[in-house]
Amino acid sequence: MSLIPYIDHEHPVTGVTNAKFGIWLFLASEVMLFGALFSTYIILRTGATVWPHGYEVLNIPMGTLNTAILITSSVTIVLAWAALKMRQLPKFKLYMGLTCLLSLIFLVIKYFEYAAKFHHGYYPATNTYFAIYFVITGLHGLHIIGGIVVNAYLLGPGSKMYATEPERFTGRVECAGLYWHFVDLVWIFVFPILYLL
Amino acid sequence: MSSHDSPEEIKKAVKLYIGIFVALLFLTLVTVGVSYIHLSVGKAVALALFVASIKASLVALFFMHLKDERKIIYATIGLTGVLFVFLMSISMYL
Repeated sequence: MSLIPYIDHEHPVTGVTNAKFGIWLFLASEVMLFGALFSTYIILRTGATVWPHGYEVLNIPMGTLNTAILITSSVTIVLAWAALKMRQLPKFKLYMGLTCLLSLIFLVIKYFEYAAKFHHGYYPATNTYFAIYFVITGLHGLHIIGGIVVNAYLLGPGSKMYATEPERFTGRVECAGLYWHFVDLVWIFVFPILYLL
Repeated sequence: MSSHDSPEEIKKAVKLYIGIFVALLFLTLVTVGVSYIHLSVGKAVALALFVASIKASLVALFFMHLKDERKIIYATIGLTGVLFVFLMSISMYL
Protein backbone atom coordinates (compact mmCIF):
# COMPACT_ATOMS: atom_id res chain seq x y z
CA MET A 1 0.00 0.00 0.00
CA SER A 2 1.56 3.24 -1.06
CA LEU A 3 0.41 6.80 -0.50
CA ILE A 4 0.64 7.88 -4.13
CA PRO A 5 -1.73 5.92 -6.35
CA TYR A 6 -0.90 4.58 -9.81
CA ILE A 7 2.88 4.46 -9.44
CA ASP A 8 3.30 0.86 -10.58
CA HIS A 9 0.40 0.65 -13.02
CA GLU A 10 -1.19 3.00 -15.49
CA HIS A 11 -3.74 5.59 -14.48
CA PRO A 12 -7.00 4.89 -16.35
CA VAL A 13 -7.35 8.52 -17.47
CA THR A 14 -3.79 9.37 -18.58
CA GLY A 15 -2.73 5.88 -19.68
CA VAL A 16 0.64 6.33 -17.94
CA THR A 17 1.79 5.92 -14.35
CA ASN A 18 1.59 9.03 -12.20
CA ALA A 19 5.36 8.79 -11.80
CA LYS A 20 5.93 9.04 -15.55
CA PHE A 21 3.41 11.86 -16.00
CA GLY A 22 5.05 13.63 -13.08
CA ILE A 23 8.58 13.39 -14.50
CA TRP A 24 7.37 14.68 -17.87
CA LEU A 25 5.72 17.68 -16.23
CA PHE A 26 8.98 18.31 -14.40
CA LEU A 27 10.94 18.05 -17.66
CA ALA A 28 8.51 20.51 -19.25
CA SER A 29 9.41 23.02 -16.54
CA GLU A 30 13.08 22.23 -17.12
CA VAL A 31 12.72 23.03 -20.83
CA MET A 32 11.53 26.50 -19.89
CA LEU A 33 14.30 26.92 -17.29
CA PHE A 34 17.01 26.20 -19.85
CA GLY A 35 14.91 28.01 -22.45
CA ALA A 36 15.20 31.19 -20.39
CA LEU A 37 18.99 30.83 -20.44
CA PHE A 38 19.11 30.10 -24.19
CA SER A 39 16.93 33.17 -24.68
CA THR A 40 19.38 35.17 -22.57
CA TYR A 41 22.23 33.85 -24.70
CA ILE A 42 20.49 34.95 -27.93
CA ILE A 43 19.79 38.44 -26.59
CA LEU A 44 23.32 38.87 -25.20
CA ARG A 45 24.95 37.60 -28.36
CA THR A 46 22.83 39.53 -30.87
CA GLY A 47 23.29 42.69 -28.79
CA ALA A 48 27.05 42.33 -28.33
CA THR A 49 29.50 44.29 -30.46
CA VAL A 50 32.17 41.61 -30.04
CA TRP A 51 31.63 37.95 -29.25
CA PRO A 52 34.46 35.43 -29.04
CA HIS A 53 34.23 32.26 -31.11
CA GLY A 54 33.84 29.37 -28.72
CA TYR A 55 36.72 27.55 -30.40
CA GLU A 56 39.07 30.44 -29.61
CA VAL A 57 38.54 30.29 -25.85
CA LEU A 58 37.26 26.79 -25.10
CA ASN A 59 38.85 23.37 -25.44
CA ILE A 60 37.03 21.66 -28.34
CA PRO A 61 38.60 18.18 -27.88
CA MET A 62 37.56 18.18 -24.20
CA GLY A 63 34.07 19.36 -25.08
CA THR A 64 33.78 16.73 -27.81
CA LEU A 65 34.98 14.01 -25.44
CA ASN A 66 32.41 15.10 -22.86
CA THR A 67 29.68 15.05 -25.50
CA ALA A 68 30.63 11.48 -26.41
CA ILE A 69 30.73 10.51 -22.71
CA LEU A 70 27.27 11.94 -22.06
CA ILE A 71 25.81 10.25 -25.14
CA THR A 72 27.35 6.95 -24.01
CA SER A 73 25.85 7.37 -20.53
CA SER A 74 22.46 7.93 -22.13
CA VAL A 75 22.84 4.59 -23.90
CA THR A 76 23.99 2.77 -20.76
CA ILE A 77 21.03 4.03 -18.72
CA VAL A 78 18.54 2.95 -21.38
CA LEU A 79 20.29 -0.45 -21.47
CA ALA A 80 19.99 -0.58 -17.66
CA TRP A 81 16.24 -0.07 -18.00
CA ALA A 82 16.03 -2.68 -20.78
CA ALA A 83 17.90 -5.17 -18.53
CA LEU A 84 15.27 -4.68 -15.82
CA LYS A 85 12.53 -5.20 -18.38
CA MET A 86 14.19 -8.53 -19.16
CA ARG A 87 14.40 -9.22 -15.42
CA GLN A 88 18.21 -9.23 -15.35
CA LEU A 89 19.23 -7.43 -12.17
CA PRO A 90 23.02 -8.03 -12.45
CA LYS A 91 23.00 -6.56 -15.96
CA PHE A 92 21.01 -3.59 -14.69
CA LYS A 93 23.65 -3.00 -12.01
CA LEU A 94 26.43 -3.19 -14.57
CA TYR A 95 24.86 -0.61 -16.88
CA MET A 96 23.69 1.67 -14.08
CA GLY A 97 27.19 1.49 -12.58
CA LEU A 98 28.66 2.45 -15.95
CA THR A 99 26.20 5.35 -16.18
CA CYS A 100 27.33 6.67 -12.79
CA LEU A 101 30.98 6.20 -13.72
CA LEU A 102 30.58 8.04 -17.04
CA SER A 103 28.75 10.92 -15.32
CA LEU A 104 31.58 11.25 -12.83
CA ILE A 105 34.12 11.31 -15.67
CA PHE A 106 32.06 14.07 -17.30
CA LEU A 107 32.30 16.11 -14.09
CA VAL A 108 36.04 15.52 -13.76
CA ILE A 109 36.61 16.76 -17.33
CA LYS A 110 34.35 19.73 -16.63
CA TYR A 111 36.42 20.46 -13.53
CA PHE A 112 39.63 20.52 -15.59
CA GLU A 113 37.95 22.80 -18.12
CA TYR A 114 36.83 25.23 -15.40
CA ALA A 115 40.28 25.10 -13.78
CA ALA A 116 41.92 25.97 -17.13
CA LYS A 117 39.53 28.91 -17.57
CA PHE A 118 40.31 30.25 -14.10
CA HIS A 119 44.01 29.71 -14.73
CA HIS A 120 43.77 31.92 -17.82
CA GLY A 121 41.89 34.52 -15.83
CA TYR A 122 38.50 33.83 -17.40
CA TYR A 123 35.76 34.33 -14.82
CA PRO A 124 32.01 34.90 -15.06
CA ALA A 125 32.71 38.64 -14.62
CA THR A 126 35.24 38.68 -17.50
CA ASN A 127 32.67 39.32 -20.23
CA THR A 128 29.11 38.42 -21.21
CA TYR A 129 30.32 35.34 -23.12
CA PHE A 130 31.93 33.85 -20.03
CA ALA A 131 29.00 34.98 -17.87
CA ILE A 132 26.55 32.93 -19.95
CA TYR A 133 29.09 30.12 -20.41
CA PHE A 134 29.51 29.64 -16.66
CA VAL A 135 25.79 30.00 -15.90
CA ILE A 136 24.62 27.50 -18.53
CA THR A 137 27.38 24.91 -18.01
CA GLY A 138 27.16 25.44 -14.23
CA LEU A 139 23.42 24.81 -14.14
CA HIS A 140 23.90 21.84 -16.45
CA GLY A 141 26.64 20.54 -14.13
CA LEU A 142 24.27 20.80 -11.17
CA HIS A 143 21.79 18.72 -13.14
CA ILE A 144 24.53 16.12 -13.69
CA ILE A 145 25.22 16.03 -9.94
CA GLY A 146 21.51 15.63 -9.21
CA GLY A 147 21.30 12.79 -11.72
CA ILE A 148 24.30 11.03 -10.18
CA VAL A 149 22.68 11.18 -6.72
CA VAL A 150 19.46 9.60 -7.99
CA ASN A 151 21.20 7.04 -10.23
CA ALA A 152 23.61 6.03 -7.45
CA TYR A 153 20.65 5.60 -5.10
CA LEU A 154 18.89 3.37 -7.64
CA LEU A 155 22.10 1.40 -8.13
CA GLY A 156 22.70 1.00 -4.39
CA PRO A 157 20.11 1.04 -1.58
CA GLY A 158 17.22 1.86 -3.90
CA SER A 159 17.61 -1.41 -5.80
CA LYS A 160 16.27 -3.36 -2.79
CA MET A 161 12.82 -2.42 -4.08
CA TYR A 162 13.38 -4.78 -7.03
CA ALA A 163 12.90 -7.80 -4.74
CA THR A 164 9.48 -6.70 -3.53
CA GLU A 165 8.10 -4.37 -6.23
CA PRO A 166 9.96 -4.99 -9.53
CA GLU A 167 7.41 -3.05 -11.65
CA ARG A 168 7.60 0.02 -9.46
CA PHE A 169 11.41 -0.14 -9.42
CA THR A 170 11.56 -0.47 -13.22
CA GLY A 171 9.27 2.57 -13.41
CA ARG A 172 11.65 4.52 -11.18
CA VAL A 173 14.60 3.62 -13.38
CA GLU A 174 12.61 4.67 -16.45
CA CYS A 175 11.87 8.07 -14.86
CA ALA A 176 15.52 8.52 -13.83
CA GLY A 177 16.42 7.61 -17.41
CA LEU A 178 14.02 10.19 -18.86
CA TYR A 179 15.64 12.85 -16.70
CA TRP A 180 19.12 11.70 -17.68
CA HIS A 181 18.28 11.77 -21.40
CA PHE A 182 16.99 15.30 -20.92
CA VAL A 183 20.31 16.35 -19.35
CA ASP A 184 22.04 14.77 -22.37
CA LEU A 185 19.63 16.58 -24.70
CA VAL A 186 20.43 19.95 -23.15
CA TRP A 187 24.14 19.30 -23.64
CA ILE A 188 23.53 18.40 -27.31
CA PHE A 189 22.49 22.06 -27.78
CA VAL A 190 24.87 23.63 -25.26
CA PHE A 191 27.95 22.08 -26.90
CA PRO A 192 27.57 23.62 -30.40
CA ILE A 193 26.18 26.89 -29.07
CA LEU A 194 29.01 27.59 -26.63
CA TYR A 195 31.94 25.64 -28.05
CA LEU A 196 31.54 25.61 -31.80
CA LEU A 197 29.81 28.83 -32.85
CA MET B 1 4.58 0.47 -19.94
CA SER B 2 3.42 -0.05 -23.49
CA SER B 3 2.45 -3.24 -25.28
CA HIS B 4 6.04 -3.69 -26.48
CA ASP B 5 7.31 -5.25 -23.30
CA SER B 6 8.05 -8.84 -24.29
CA PRO B 7 11.70 -9.96 -23.98
CA GLU B 8 11.93 -10.33 -27.78
CA GLU B 9 10.74 -6.75 -28.29
CA ILE B 10 13.19 -5.48 -25.69
CA LYS B 11 16.04 -7.37 -27.38
CA LYS B 12 15.12 -5.74 -30.68
CA ALA B 13 14.98 -2.37 -28.93
CA VAL B 14 18.48 -2.88 -27.50
CA LYS B 15 19.88 -3.38 -31.02
CA LEU B 16 18.12 -0.19 -32.07
CA TYR B 17 19.62 1.71 -29.10
CA ILE B 18 23.12 0.67 -30.18
CA GLY B 19 22.37 1.86 -33.73
CA ILE B 20 21.15 5.23 -32.43
CA PHE B 21 24.29 5.47 -30.28
CA VAL B 22 26.53 5.08 -33.34
CA ALA B 23 24.45 7.65 -35.24
CA LEU B 24 24.74 10.14 -32.37
CA LEU B 25 28.53 9.74 -32.17
CA PHE B 26 28.79 10.16 -35.94
CA LEU B 27 26.66 13.34 -35.88
CA THR B 28 28.81 14.73 -33.06
CA LEU B 29 31.90 14.25 -35.23
CA VAL B 30 30.07 15.93 -38.14
CA THR B 31 29.25 18.99 -36.00
CA VAL B 32 32.81 19.27 -34.72
CA GLY B 33 34.28 18.68 -38.17
CA VAL B 34 32.10 21.35 -39.76
CA SER B 35 33.12 23.87 -37.08
CA TYR B 36 36.73 23.63 -38.29
CA ILE B 37 35.68 24.85 -41.75
CA HIS B 38 34.71 28.27 -40.26
CA LEU B 39 31.60 28.99 -42.32
CA SER B 40 29.89 32.37 -42.12
CA VAL B 41 28.07 32.86 -38.80
CA GLY B 42 24.60 32.46 -40.29
CA LYS B 43 25.43 29.24 -42.11
CA ALA B 44 27.35 27.82 -39.15
CA VAL B 45 24.50 28.50 -36.71
CA ALA B 46 21.90 27.02 -39.07
CA LEU B 47 23.95 23.89 -39.70
CA ALA B 48 24.93 23.36 -36.05
CA LEU B 49 21.34 23.75 -34.85
CA PHE B 50 20.10 21.49 -37.64
CA VAL B 51 22.46 18.67 -36.64
CA ALA B 52 21.73 19.25 -32.93
CA SER B 53 18.01 19.01 -33.66
CA ILE B 54 18.47 15.68 -35.44
CA LYS B 55 20.48 14.37 -32.47
CA ALA B 56 17.91 15.67 -30.00
CA SER B 57 15.11 14.02 -32.00
CA LEU B 58 16.93 10.68 -31.98
CA VAL B 59 17.38 10.86 -28.20
CA ALA B 60 13.77 11.93 -27.61
CA LEU B 61 12.16 9.47 -30.04
CA PHE B 62 14.12 6.37 -29.12
CA PHE B 63 15.81 6.72 -25.72
CA MET B 64 12.87 8.63 -24.22
CA HIS B 65 10.39 6.37 -26.06
CA LEU B 66 8.51 9.26 -27.61
CA LYS B 67 8.09 7.22 -30.78
CA ASP B 68 5.40 5.30 -28.96
CA GLU B 69 3.93 7.25 -26.06
CA ARG B 70 0.53 8.22 -24.66
CA LYS B 71 -1.47 11.26 -25.76
CA ILE B 72 -1.12 13.03 -22.43
CA ILE B 73 2.69 13.03 -22.76
CA TYR B 74 2.50 14.40 -26.32
CA ALA B 75 0.09 17.09 -25.12
CA THR B 76 2.50 18.08 -22.33
CA ILE B 77 5.47 18.26 -24.69
CA GLY B 78 3.43 19.98 -27.41
CA LEU B 79 2.37 22.79 -25.10
CA THR B 80 5.93 23.14 -23.81
CA GLY B 81 7.23 23.18 -27.39
CA VAL B 82 4.88 26.02 -28.35
CA LEU B 83 5.96 28.08 -25.33
CA PHE B 84 9.63 27.33 -25.99
CA VAL B 85 9.41 28.37 -29.65
CA PHE B 86 7.54 31.53 -28.62
CA LEU B 87 10.28 32.37 -26.11
CA MET B 88 13.04 31.83 -28.69
CA SER B 89 11.12 33.88 -31.28
CA ILE B 90 10.64 36.92 -29.08
CA SER B 91 14.33 36.72 -28.12
CA MET B 92 15.35 36.78 -31.77
CA TYR B 93 12.87 39.20 -33.31
CA LEU B 94 11.91 41.69 -30.62
